Amino acid sequence: MSVEKGHLDSFKHKCCEDLYQKLYILVFPCTLTVFVIYVPQNEDTEQQIIRETFHLVSKRDENVCNFLEGGMLIGGSENRLIYRHYATLYFVFCVDSSESELGILDLIQVFVETLDKCFENVCELDLIFHVDKVHNILAEMVMGGMVLETNMNEIIIQVDAQNKMEKSEAGIAGAPARAVSAVKNMNLPEMPRNINIGDISIKVPNLPSFK
Amino acid sequence: MALKIVKGSIDRMFDKNLQDLVRGIRNHKEDEAKYISTCIDEIKQELKQDNIAVKSNAVCKLTYLQMLGYDVSWAAFNIVEVMSSSKFTYKRIGYLAASQCFHESTDVIMLTTNQIRKDLSSPNQYDTGVALTGLSCFVTPDLARDLANDIMTLMSHTKPYIRKKAVLIMYKVFLKYPESLRPAFPRMKEKLEDPDPGVQSAAVNVICELARRNPKNYLSLAPLFFKLMTSSTNNWVLIKIIKLFGALTPLEPRLGKKLIEPLTNLIHSTSAMSLLYECVNTVIAVVWLSVLKYLGLLAMSKILKTHPKSVQSHKDLILQCLDDKDESIRLRALDLLYGMVSKKNLMEIVKKLMLHVDKAEGTTYRDELLTKIIDICSQSNYQYITNFEWYISILVELTRLEGTRHGHLIASQMLDVAIRVKAIRAFAVAQMATLLDNAHLLTGNTQHSGICEVLYAAAWICGEFSEHLEDPMATLEAMLRPKVATLPGHIQAVYVQNAAKLFSTVLCGQEGAPADSKVAQETSQLLIDRLPVFVQSDNLEVQERASCILQLVKYIQKLQQKDVEVAEEVTALFAGELNPVAPKAQKKVPVPEGLDLDAWINEPPSGSESEDEGRKTKGKAVFAREESRHTKPRYTEVDEKELAKRREVRKAEQANNPFYIKASPSSQKVRTASSPNRQLVLWMPMSDQYVKLEEERRQKNKADRKKDKKKRREKGRQRRGDSGPESEEDITPAHMVDIVTEEMPENALPINSSLTSRCITDVCDIQGNLHDGSQVVVSVIFENKCDSFIKSMEFNVMDSLNSKLQRPEGAGPHDSLTVPFHLPPGISSEARFIFSVQSIVMPQKLKGTLTFIVKDSSTHEKLDFKLHFTCTSYLITTPCYSDAYAKLLESGDLKGSSLKLEGINQPFHHLLARICFHHHFSVVERIDSCASMYSRSIQGHHVCLLVKTADQTVSIDAKCDEPGLLRNVLDEIKLTFSQC
Repeated sequence: MSVEKGHLDSFKHKCCEDLYQKLYILVFPCTLTVFVIYVPQNEDTEQQIIRETFHLVSKRDENVCNFLEGGMLIGGSENRLIYRHYATLYFVFCVDSSESELGILDLIQVFVETLDKCFENVCELDLIFHVDKVHNILAEMVMGGMVLETNMNEIIIQVDAQNKMEKSEAGIAGAPARAVSAVKNMNLPEMPRNINIGDISIKVPNLPSFK
Repeated sequence: MALKIVKGSIDRMFDKNLQDLVRGIRNHKEDEAKYISTCIDEIKQELKQDNIAVKSNAVCKLTYLQMLGYDVSWAAFNIVEVMSSSKFTYKRIGYLAASQCFHESTDVIMLTTNQIRKDLSSPNQYDTGVALTGLSCFVTPDLARDLANDIMTLMSHTKPYIRKKAVLIMYKVFLKYPESLRPAFPRMKEKLEDPDPGVQSAAVNVICELARRNPKNYLSLAPLFFKLMTSSTNNWVLIKIIKLFGALTPLEPRLGKKLIEPLTNLIHSTSAMSLLYECVNTVIAVVWLSVLKYLGLLAMSKILKTHPKSVQSHKDLILQCLDDKDESIRLRALDLLYGMVSKKNLMEIVKKLMLHVDKAEGTTYRDELLTKIIDICSQSNYQYITNFEWYISILVELTRLEGTRHGHLIASQMLDVAIRVKAIRAFAVAQMATLLDNAHLLTGNTQHSGICEVLYAAAWICGEFSEHLEDPMATLEAMLRPKVATLPGHIQAVYVQNAAKLFSTVLCGQEGAPADSKVAQETSQLLIDRLPVFVQSDNLEVQERASCILQLVKYIQKLQQKDVEVAEEVTALFAGELNPVAPKAQKKVPVPEGLDLDAWINEPPSGSESEDEGRKTKGKAVFAREESRHTKPRYTEVDEKELAKRREVRKAEQANNPFYIKASPSSQKVRTASSPNRQLVLWMPMSDQYVKLEEERRQKNKADRKKDKKKRREKGRQRRGDSGPESEEDITPAHMVDIVTEEMPENALPINSSLTSRCITDVCDIQGNLHDGSQVVVSVIFENKCDSFIKSMEFNVMDSLNSKLQRPEGAGPHDSLTVPFHLPPGISSEARFIFSVQSIVMPQKLKGTLTFIVKDSSTHEKLDFKLHFTCTSYLITTPCYSDAYAKLLESGDLKGSSLKLEGINQPFHHLLARICFHHHFSVVERIDSCASMYSRSIQGHHVCLLVKTADQTVSIDAKCDEPGLLRNVLDEIKLTFSQC
């Protein structure tokens, strides 16, 4: 695609073909948890993409490579699914050929480590119940499908700053809400918190009791 | 009022928040849809309230539902409301919802323009941040156009957090509103050198994305990126830059060289696998392309050894490598081609190589090409050549190369092919005659170049096979031109000798027609005129031959003048055909009796070793003699090594000698697979145009062969069944002949044959002749398996010293016998041939050929085979009475030998029947598990066997007055049982 002076028309023309670009991020436990698509689709297509991706990724063996050639649904062979599997969680990025495969694997690792820091030993349930927080963290890392920041410390600083702002805004009025929320959380059947992402081995032994 | 607020917040506490919704959905697995629809109703209620906190909570839940696949576009306006809240908490929720739910077609987006602009210029950097993040997801062309300027301003914001987001979102803006690219680009370029690594990284991201689409326009940024690559420590940025260089270098080759150093540094220093990978990737793509090509070819040659098929599919690629400007790559590719040829692609590959020969600069490479062409063609005994005429013309074409060192190689190939492929001779001779005629072209200016060696071959071929020459006179004249005297001596010698051969041919041709005797005399005169030049040669060989032949011709001329017919006598000088001899032929000549090849002819000179020992044993002179006896075997040991070494040398010599037929592994394989009553379907190969047909046929043929084998086995079983174990003596001796195709004939057929398929089955029985002690009768069953009529079959066997085919009186020793019948398709018939055998002690293999004409074709087709005379076939079943048998054993004239067979689990009488059947014995006496057997050879040798069996073990004690014969018979018995 031409982008320099004098070729602007052709650039415009090609834009419409550029349907799928950049990342989808899907975080699966056994059911879908977090799902971000940076190229707006209608809901049906999105759900189809998720189902297909989940289907593709979950049936793969543990010891095969972390890359999958994309099907037609995710934009043909130009695009690839790159995933990492942590216990019951799959982190799947769908990227086009301009991204480095191993670079994205590193990025997933950064993402997971950042989640681990922000949630203090992240577990599957954190992701399930705090989708909004996951989104906020991801927004500091990936913006509109493009990688914004790969430095974990920088991401955490920004996320913390925003959370602090949120708290100060809630002020006194927010306190009762937080208390209620804490009480509600206590009702939860014991939340397993023994997930250690640092060495990438997430164990969620109590999960079945969590239905 | 304050109370109201507090009350509102307390109400809110018990509203469902996002966590409650998630929990609820998880608790309502069965009626999820129903539960969610009630939730949506609740949300709708909440959205109707004025309280922004309640609204934002509802929007937050909607975002989650949207993710689950529910349509929430109806709430778009409420999302905008939440977005425009002054509080960051709600604003963030609103923008998140917008980024998830808004599409380009969402109409409320146009209401957001002002709100977003306000947020972008907000003093709170996080307000700006979430606005940018949200916008990046739902930016439309309109938004891009309206906000481009605002975002461009933000690119120079004081906060790096804003700058990096603004830089990154510009890519989206460019996509939606390309007009913004030109004004924004200078600033974007500036950001590549931003002090903040995050901003830098974002700028690199954007520019790499743009450059990926059109690398050419970004070449000018290469120095900047180069600087970044050497200074940046951010892996992500480095990966992006390296990927960008990967796209740029094909456009600007000079970049490649510059990149080597920083890339190598990175490869050595980085610990990040991903960066390393991308470095290597780029290195592969651009920098060391040629190195990789070379390594790739090298790897392929390794793969070729184990998986030839997989490499063959890359033939075109490898042929392309021949065009490479790097010589070592071309040589590698050549090596690969050698292993890749097959019958199908040989011609194509050689044709391509010939093109390269024409183009090639530098003699070294051209010579390499030449040797490779010849190697490729001649490998595995010309296995891949389907058309020898083509090969000869290739060779002739190669002679046109100037200044090659490999003239002798071409020459030896010409000789080899012309001698071994009879069908090609006429063509080869014609080509060689032309070559001789144009000899001046070869020798013209490059007198000392190796190519004139070719003339050596040409002259010899023309002389030896002069009967194929169309105009021997012209060739003779060409060979006697004065210029020949400038050729190297050994070539001149061949010229002179073969001129004489040609002379005899000319005489032969002329004297048939008496009117032309004048021409014959002119020929003599020509020789007499021209030969003196050679007589004066400074080369002894040339001189000697020339003067000898000159005198001969002078004498012939005298006779001619007296009108004496001399042609026949002259021809006799060169009579006899030169036959190729297999390298192992020597083995087939039986060692004369009494000759011990291992024995010393003269005692070996005493080596230093024995001297040492002699010194040691000096004191004990008494034992000296004994000592020396001990050392003797040691000498033979050394000698064996020496022999093996010599054998190797001899093999190497033979391999280089065109007059030897190299042993072909395939034929050996066939030979070892011999079985009783075996037969082989021999089948004829086709002209190369039918390569495909050939394959099909081959498969069909395989199937046929299997069928036939079965048939034969059944037949054999039947016979055995008929005779039964009781009537052992009635079993008729039947024995087999191995007919083995040789390697050569397969492709040696003339290519102009348009026949498709011919198969002939030969099955032979060899049987001794009772009436004559030195005769063996071989019955051959010919079966025509093709669809055409076969006629003029001629059977010929190459006689060995020991065995000779008996031919009618007056026939020469090499004449073939006519088979007295024709074969219509599908018919088989039997012919008997008598062989005279001198020694029957050793088994023998005779090589033979069957020539025949398939109807509608004028050419003779040839089928090579081997006759295997086993020692058993010299035995004749002769009944013997037990008392005579006992007398025989007592006489003491017989020498003994024994054999043990293990693991035989057939009944004893079957075992006896087998020996009787296959080895022509008769049972003299049988007591329980013990039997005595007897047979007699055609030369009257007695063979006695005592067969005992116990526990699957059969021991055979045998006696015979000829130990050699006995040994071989026992070996054959062993073979029979090892095959069952």
